[in-house]
Order: sequence, then C-alpha cells, then structure tokens
Amino acid sequence: MAEQKNQNGNKGPAGHGPGPGGPGRGPRGPRPKIENPGKLFKRVMGYTLKDYALGWIVVVICIFASVYASLQGTMFMRTLIDSYILPLIGRESPDFGPLQGAIMRVACFYALGVAASFTQSRILINIGQGTLRNIRNDMFEKMESLPIKYFDTHAHGDIMSMYTNDIDTLRQMISQSIPQMINSAITVVSVFVCMLVLDIPLTLVTLFMVGIMLIATKKIGGLSSRYFLAQQKAIGAVNGCVEETMTGQKVVKVFCHEKESLDQFNALNDQLFESAYQANRFANIMGPVNAQLGNLSYVVCAVVGGILAITGVSGLTLGGLASFLNFNKSFNMPINQVSMQFNSIIMALAGADRIFKLMDEKPEVDQGYVELVNAVRGADGELTEAKERTGLWAWKHYHKADNTTTYVELTGDVVFDGVDFGYNDDKMILHDIVLHAKPGQKIAFVGATGAGKTTITNLINRFYDIQDGKIRYDNINVNKIKKADLRRSLGIVLQDTHLFTGTVMENIRYGKMDATDSEVKKAAVLANAHGFIQRLPDGYDTMLHGDGANLSQGQRQLLAIARAAIADPPVLILDEATSSIDTRTEKLVQQGMDALMKGRTNFVIAHRLSTVKNSDCIIVLEQGRIIERGTHDELMEQQGKYYQLYTGNAVTA
Amino acid sequence: MLKTLGSHIKEFKKDSILTPVFMIGEVIMETIIPLLMASIIDDGVTAGNMNHIYLIGALMLAAALCSLTLGILGGQFGARASAGFARNLRRAMYENIQTFSFSNIDKFSTSGLVTRLTTDVTNMQNAYQMILRMCMRAPASLICAMAMSFFISPRLASIYLVAVILLGCVLAFIVSQATKHFSQAFPKYDALNESVQENVSAIRVVKAYVREDHEIEKFKTASGNLYKIFCKAESIVIWNNPVMNFTVYACILLISWTGAHMIVQEALTTGQLMSMLTYCMNILMSLMMLSMIFVMVTMSAASARRICEVLNEKADLANPAEPVHEVKDGSILFDNVSFSYKKDAKEPVLKNINLEIKSGETIGIIGGTGSAKSSLVNLISRLYDVTEGRLLVGGVDVKNYDMEALRNQVAVVLQNNVLFSGTILENLRWGDKEATEEECRHACELACADEFIQKMPEKYDTYIEQGGTNVSGGQKQRLCIARALLKKPKILILDDSTSAVDTATDARIRQAFAQSIPGTTKLIIAQRISSVEQADKIIVMHDGQINGFASHEELLAGNDIYREVYEAQVSGSGDFDEKK
Repeated sequence: MAEQKNQNGNKGPAGHGPGPGGPGRGPRGPRPKIENPGKLFKRVMGYTLKDYALGWIVVVICIFASVYASLQGTMFMRTLIDSYILPLIGRESPDFGPLQGAIMRVACFYALGVAASFTQSRILINIGQGTLRNIRNDMFEKMESLPIKYFDTHAHGDIMSMYTNDIDTLRQMISQSIPQMINSAITVVSVFVCMLVLDIPLTLVTLFMVGIMLIATKKIGGLSSRYFLAQQKAIGAVNGCVEETMTGQKVVKVFCHEKESLDQFNALNDQLFESAYQANRFANIMGPVNAQLGNLSYVVCAVVGGILAITGVSGLTLGGLASFLNFNKSFNMPINQVSMQFNSIIMALAGADRIFKLMDEKPEVDQGYVELVNAVRGADGELTEAKERTGLWAWKHYHKADNTTTYVELTGDVVFDGVDFGYNDDKMILHDIVLHAKPGQKIAFVGATGAGKTTITNLINRFYDIQDGKIRYDNINVNKIKKADLRRSLGIVLQDTHLFTGTVMENIRYGKMDATDSEVKKAAVLANAHGFIQRLPDGYDTMLHGDGANLSQGQRQLLAIARAAIADPPVLILDEATSSIDTRTEKLVQQGMDALMKGRTNFVIAHRLSTVKNSDCIIVLEQGRIIERGTHDELMEQQGKYYQLYTGNAVTA
Repeated sequence: MLKTLGSHIKEFKKDSILTPVFMIGEVIMETIIPLLMASIIDDGVTAGNMNHIYLIGALMLAAALCSLTLGILGGQFGARASAGFARNLRRAMYENIQTFSFSNIDKFSTSGLVTRLTTDVTNMQNAYQMILRMCMRAPASLICAMAMSFFISPRLASIYLVAVILLGCVLAFIVSQATKHFSQAFPKYDALNESVQENVSAIRVVKAYVREDHEIEKFKTASGNLYKIFCKAESIVIWNNPVMNFTVYACILLISWTGAHMIVQEALTTGQLMSMLTYCMNILMSLMMLSMIFVMVTMSAASARRICEVLNEKADLANPAEPVHEVKDGSILFDNVSFSYKKDAKEPVLKNINLEIKSGETIGIIGGTGSAKSSLVNLISRLYDVTEGRLLVGGVDVKNYDMEALRNQVAVVLQNNVLFSGTILENLRWGDKEATEEECRHACELACADEFIQKMPEKYDTYIEQGGTNVSGGQKQRLCIARALLKKPKILILDDSTSAVDTATDARIRQAFAQSIPGTTKLIIAQRISSVEQADKIIVMHDGQINGFASHEELLAGNDIYREVYEAQVSGSGDFDEKK
C-alpha cells in the first residue's frame, strides 16, 4: 500500500528516492546523513507526546505485559517437563490435576498477552494517524503563512514530497519502528536475564554467537549499502534518460533517431541491471546468513546444553534446556530487528528534518496596523466607521503619537518613491523606481522579459519587501497597512491562471466568499465568461479538476478575470498573457479585461498594443530601470526604445 | 497479462527456476533441524549418550550449513532473476515505444510513460523477487513442517491442521476487509495531496485574495476525515497480531496438555514434544507470511497492468512492403484528404482538403487554435495516416515511402520542440550525423542562431541542460530550426517555430531561407501575419477546412477571416514584446 501512495505522490522526476517499500529501504539502503539525530528524535517524540502522552504510557505498559506473557510461556516449558511430565512417567495412575492448574495459569498469562498486544496496536493507530494529522495540519498552516520567496526558492516537487514520502516514513517510525524498538529492547534484556537464570555457560555461548552474527551483518550490510548507492545512481541516470526521451519522443520520431536513443538507453539500463543485481544480491544474502547463524547458535547450544545436562555440571535440567533453546531463538530475533528498525528510524528522521525545517521557516512578517474598514460619510464630509458593507472603504489609521484615529478614503492612489528591490540583498533587480498612479489611471509596463515588470507589481501587494525607498497607497506607507487588508484592496489577474478543484461557481466566488449566485453570474457576464460557462455540461456547477485542465487557456483566463471582478477592488494588477490563444478568444479576454479595468487604478504588464496605446502612462523598463515614460504619442515622438519596440525596427542612429 | 510479462523473463529463466528450488532446499534443511533436536534430547540427553549428541550435533551443523549455502544461492539467483526481469521489461517497453507512431504516443501521457518505465518496473521487480523467493518458501515451509509434525505424531499434528485452517480463514477475511477499506482510503489521501499541490502552485492567488484561513480550514477538514478513515482501515489490520498470537498460544497449550498425557503414556518423547512446539511456530509464521505476500502481490497488479498496456500497444504505422527510398522533389498534393485522430470520431479534424503545392514554394498557414493547422502539416511527413483521400509528396503516395527516407526529406520543426542534454553541436547533428562543424555553423547562420552561439563561453561546445533550460525560448526555437536545416530537406515545415523570436530576427530568418534554400518547399505556420505575408501563397484554415488559399493581397481583398486577423493585429492586439 505504501507503494501505491508513493506513486501517486511522486509526480515529478525527483520522487525516486528510497521511498517506503521501494528498494533501498530497511537495513539495506544507504543511511542518509543527518545532523544531530538525537535532537530531531527528541523533537519528533515531543510532538507525539504532546497530545498522546497517556497513550504512549499505556503502550509501554502493554509492551511490558506482552513480553512478560511470552516469557512466562517459554519458562513454562521447563516446569512442564521437569515437574509435570518427567515425574509422572511410569506412574500407574498419573495425576494430571496439578498440570491442569499450571496450564490454566499460563493460559491466563497468554490471555493477558493477547489483550495487551491488541490494546497496544489499537492505541498506536490513533497515535500514529493522529500525530500525522497534527503534523500535516501544522505544516499546511505554516506553509500558508510563508512568504512567496519560499515558494520561489523551493522546488514544488520537494515541498510535495514532504507531504507524501516524509510524512509516510514518519508514520512508520512512530507506529512501527519505535514500538518495535521498545519491544526488542525489553525482550532482549528480559530474555537475557532468563537465560542467565537458566544457565550461565550456555548464555555465554549464545552471546558469543550473537557477536559473530553482528559482525557478519555489519560486513554484508556495508557491501550492500555500497551497491545500493551505485544502484541509486544508476536509477537516477535511467530516470533522467527516460524523462528526456519520453518528453522528446516526437522529435525522436521526426529525426528518425530511434536507434540511437535505444542504444543510449540500453547502455544505461544494463548498468542499472548490474548494480541492482549486486545490491539485491547482498541484501538477499543477509536474510539466510542471519537465520542460519541463528540456527547455528541453536545447534551449538543444543550440543553444549546436552552435554551439560548429562554431566549435570551446572545443574541444567532437561526442561531447563528446552526452555533455554526457545530463549535462544527469541534472543536472536530482536537483535536482528534492532538494527533494521534503527535504520528506518534514521531514514524517518531525515524526513522529519525536512519537515521541521519547513516549520521553522520564518512566516511572512506583518507589522501593519492600518486597517481597511467600511465607512460612511457624515454630513460634515468626515468619514466614520460602519459595521455593514457600505461600498465605501476607508483606511483606519491609528496615530500612536497623539492617540488619535483618522479615516482616509480608499481611492487607489499609488506612489513609488525611489524604490530599490532585489530578491537578495546583494543583487538589486529594480533601481530607483519612481511613479505615481492616480485613481482611475492605467499604467502600462513594457520591456523585455526579465526587465522587472512583474517584480514591480509584486511589490505593491507586498509579496516581497523593498530594500530602499517607499511605496505609498492613498498616501499611507504600505508597510503600515495590514497585509491582509492591503491585498484585499488589490485585485490581481496573473499570467498563469490557477484554478482550484471545485465548481466554476466556487472558483469565481473565491474573490468574494459571501457572494450570492447572482453576483457570481454578474461578474461572469462582466468578464465575458458567462457565455462559455453556460455551454459547459453542468453550467456553473461544472467541476474543475487539476487546475482547470478541462478548460482551454482562454477560458481559464476568463474565469480568473471574473474572480477578480467579483472582488471589485479599487486597484487592479493585470498580467496579460503572452501565450498565443486564438484571435476570437483573445478578443473575449481583451473585452473582459477592459470591462474589468473601468473605473479602477490599473497596473498592466502589457503585451498587447491596444492596451499599451490607450494607457495614461507607459513605463518602459530595461534591466530594472525606468528608461522612458509617457503616453504613446509622446514616446513615439522620442524615437527611443519604445519606438523601437513598437515598430519592431532597430533605430539606425 | 501473465503471459505477456512472462515472455520477458527470457535469459533469466534458469535463475527464475533455480531460485525457488534453492529456497525449497533451504526450507527442507531448516525443517530437519528440530527433528534432529528431538533425537539429541531423547537418545542423547535422556539416554545419557554423549557420542550420540556429538553425532547428531554434527548432522545439525551440516544441515544448518547446507541451509545457509542454499539460502545464499537462492538469494543470489533471485536477485539476478528479478533485476534481469526488470531490465528486460524496461528494454522491451522502451523498444516498443520507439516504434510508436504519433497517435500511439498521444495515447499515453509523457509522465505516464515515465512512471511505467521507472516506478512500475521497480514495483514489478520487487514483486517478482518476492514471488520467486517467498511464494515458494512460505508454502514449502508450511508443508514441510506439517509433514514433519504428522511424521512425529498424527494426533498432535491434526491440532495444527485445524489451527491452520481456522487462522487461514480469519487472515483471509482480515486481508479482504482491509483491502476494501484501504482502497476507499487512498483516493482520499490523493485528494488531500492534490489540494496541497494546488496550494503550492497557486500560492500567489491564495495570498492575493487573502484566503489563507479558508484554505487552512479546508485542509484541516480533509485531513481530519483522512484520519478517521485511515484509523478505521487500520483497526482491521491490527487484528492480525492478536489473532496470530491467540492461535499460537492455544496450540502451545493444547500440545503441552495432550503431549504431556502422551509422554506419560509413552506414546511420545520429550524431545519430540519440543520439536512439535518449534514446528508450531514455523507453520503459523509461514501462514502469516503468505497473507503478507498476497497483499503485496495484489498491490503490484496495477503496475503490471500499466506495463502490459505499453507492451501490448502496437504501432499503427508500418513501412510498406516495397518502399520507395527516394523523394523526387518537394511538391505536395492533398487529394480530398480527411483526417481524424480517433477512428470512431464523429467529426473529422480535417475535412476534404484539396491542395496543390509546387516544389520550392513558400506557403504560409494561418488560422485560430483548433483549426487543425498542425494536423495538416503532420500528415505530410506521415506522422499520422490520412483517414480518407490521398496525400502525395514528390508525386508518390506517402504510404509508399520508406518512413525514414520520407522523414529525412520532410523536416518538421514541431510546435513543442525539445533539445536534448548534450552540446549544441551534438544537438545539431541530430539532423545529420556526419555534418562537419562548418556545415553546422552554416545552418545556424541561416537560422540566426550563430549570433548568440558565438556569444556563449564555449560556443558550439556549450552544454545544453536537460529540457534546454539554459537557453531562452527564442534561442531554443532557432537551434531547432538549424537542426532541421541540417537534414537538407526537400520540404521544410515550421510549426509556429518562431513565436518566441522577435519580429526583426524572424524576418531575417525568412529572408535567409528565400536566398539560401530556394529549392526547398517551405511551409510556415504562424500566428503573426507579418511572418507569412511575404509567402507565395497563404492557407487560411478554419474549423478543419481550407477557407482561403491565395497570396496576401488577394486574401486581404477577398477573405473575411484573414482580413479580420490582419486588422486585429495591426490595430490592436498584436504582440508587444521584445523577445530575445
């Protein structure tokens, strides 16, 4: 089942690590290197103990109880043979009464053991799944609070693998490895004590054999993990090759390159075979070696024990020998298990390390205190706060200095004053950006890819924080405005449209959660989306899956426009799509965008001539600097960069 | 399905047979040990016979060593067989995929093929190894131990028989119930992960609309439900342990009780009782093992099915019996051609296409998304077969050509083009293996690629990363054009191949074509009117039909669609990007 999960989780090529169930798991895979495993372990345990301390206590008690029960059973062998069988042999009328009593007593112990082992497993389910749920929730909550930068700098596949692979190994650790470790530890110690009680020389023999077993395991394990590393590398190479040719399979066909591509693959595939064979070979040897060394230990004890019993040197009885031989078996098993469990705990900790790193990330800082409130205008023209939705919004600005609160109307006036910005402090992307967008104006950004158009718009809603300069919104420094309120006042239509699993209706409503159905429809009409939505099989109730994969690019954009329209923000940031959608849909999108822009302050990352031409101000960017600004006509007259872009001709000086 | 998979064991048949044989040998040797044990107790310890202990001890040692050797051999052969089987599966799939036509490729998604070749094969490898090693071992161990028990005492052994049947039934019930519950739980698990995925990729939307709390709420509900459903499924599985323990304990007590009576009645010896108890563990553990194997093997069935889908997919294009190897010239004739991607499609993608293109002409193709521009040109190099009508290249039906010969003469620069990891030179030589550096450079000059290649630190030896991530879109397109030019084709098809190249460079590329390869028939699909207006003739595609086929001026005068697009582009929604 772990297998199945893995597959669904690993959509990217990166997901072929030693996942649960895959090769490289357990004692055979190479151990990942992690720093400070002790601290990590403590943290994981702290996590589960926080909510399930009582559960763990019961689990440990249950483990004790079940180990005790099975020990009693094994010890019973001695009593059975020495006290109830041997004395009765040859008796005329043997009395089985005492035996019956003894068996009943052992049965009670056994019943206790069965009950304990059931209770333990039942509680562990809740602990395991519950801890998983809590970690998932905390992770998601944390993730949602992280700044955009985090998502820029971390591969989405890596983030996903934390939710799938890492969490899964963690569950194994909590609900299997740790309890088994405890069980093994208790068993080893108590069996050891029992063996000592039964016979000391035999115990020494057993210990000696265990020593040999451990050395052998270590030797083979070392060899095995070396080959597993090689296998991991070979898998990576094959995956890379497969990934590449499958993506380019059509090109392979067009260039009749089938044979070459096959040769290349075969070579890698053969290498993988060789290393997979070697790796699995040593892993497979481990099992029989351990088992047979165990048997060997059993045989040696049987022979030595037999001699001891005959000579009676150490007082070993026949029944004692029988019990001891059983203990010998139950002593070897947990020792093998400990090393296996230890490895899977280390693997889980590597996952936990990644998860905790996410949880330790700094969330988006928000020191804003200016709030967006509904307002009403009094007779004197002063704004006051209103409880209900009035359609008039105001910034509620509290001034600490003189303990007063002022209300400023939300109009959508945006000023950039000498703004410098870089994703890292040491490399500035934008330099000295100065601009003023008055309410209702349309500002267009043009320039080459990488000139910084998108970056500027990301600063207005504070997806990123600027290094120097000031951005003012309705004459308030945006740093003072609560991020949530700032973003609520800004609409945004991104170039890559993202939709959510859910109905069309729900997707549009994302812009305003309490919108009525008719409001949704009105927004769709405004965005020009109503037409195609009605033609969908279930209209507004059509389910969208996988980012709206069942819609065309243009249709998805129309939905995104509708989503922004319903939010009805005073300021709008539009990133026009560059992708070539056909002329007709493009027209619909264009009309939708134009309708949306009406009466708002608009920042447009423009790709269309028409948008640019009727802008109030065109900002031409080059390498993060504003190099030209003005209206279309002004800029055409200048015959500068804009002229060059517009005409497609290089200026011949 | 088994037959398909089985046919790929091939040279590893010997290993596949030897593995279970060795595993069974290992089990038999292992099962002898407790029996010998009984002899040590009864004839050695009880009888006080030291020599007997030494003798039997030596025998047991030999059995353990035999078992060890056989086990190691089984492990080795098993590893070889399964790794080899996996290799053969991968190779067979890959080989078959290479024979796929475009329509075969369309049937599978890229990621689907990748998963099949990687994760699914790994699953099969593990399952196969499990089957070879454990599927034989577990039943063999059960049967041997059972046989030994019957050999020692049929009366006691019958207790095991009853226990095995009972435990088997209970385990089967648990497994079937658990699978049912888990198969309900996993879709929920996937849905949860999907919603995370959605949030990761759409984080800007979430934040822009300040919907973090809404998403968290949604997620918590989903993860809470997942918790409940998994707890329910797992609470069935956990019955395994107590049931197993209960059976083992019950057996031990019954055997002890009955055995004690029998020993006293001298129908059984102490040693035999001890070995009986050892067999008890062997038998029940094997049963437990079997149920685990069953679960794991059923889980890999899905992988097996997916692999078989690829293996059984037959290429739907084949070379003719007596192929024509030479393409005379670059003329193209569509004779009442209709085409649909699926045989049972109601509406064909292309309808009654009649076209005559002379060798050496430059033809522009324009039309909206879904107007079947790409479908039209893909037929020319026989990437797909026409459904109806005939398509002649150089005066010969494309179905009569050797496919490789045809495709070498008809070069296509695909819309979604791909560069492969390797140097620029290596990529270019896809077009012509023997091309000299000079020739490669010449092709790049024509495609306006030389100018940026010269600026790269290692020039033509610059390494292109997988997926061409270290060159820009426009650069990639120009390299792809150069690669196609190296084929020195009679027909060159550019499927929207300069969309990311700026207008000026685009014009220069077209100019270079006109001057340097005048004899080659050129078909250019484009979104921009400017890319096609100088062509000899322009095809206007609309809804899978030819709406117009004439020169720029003629179309402007007489074709509504063309005029509409033209006006839109000149006056309004043209591109405004300096693309590099």
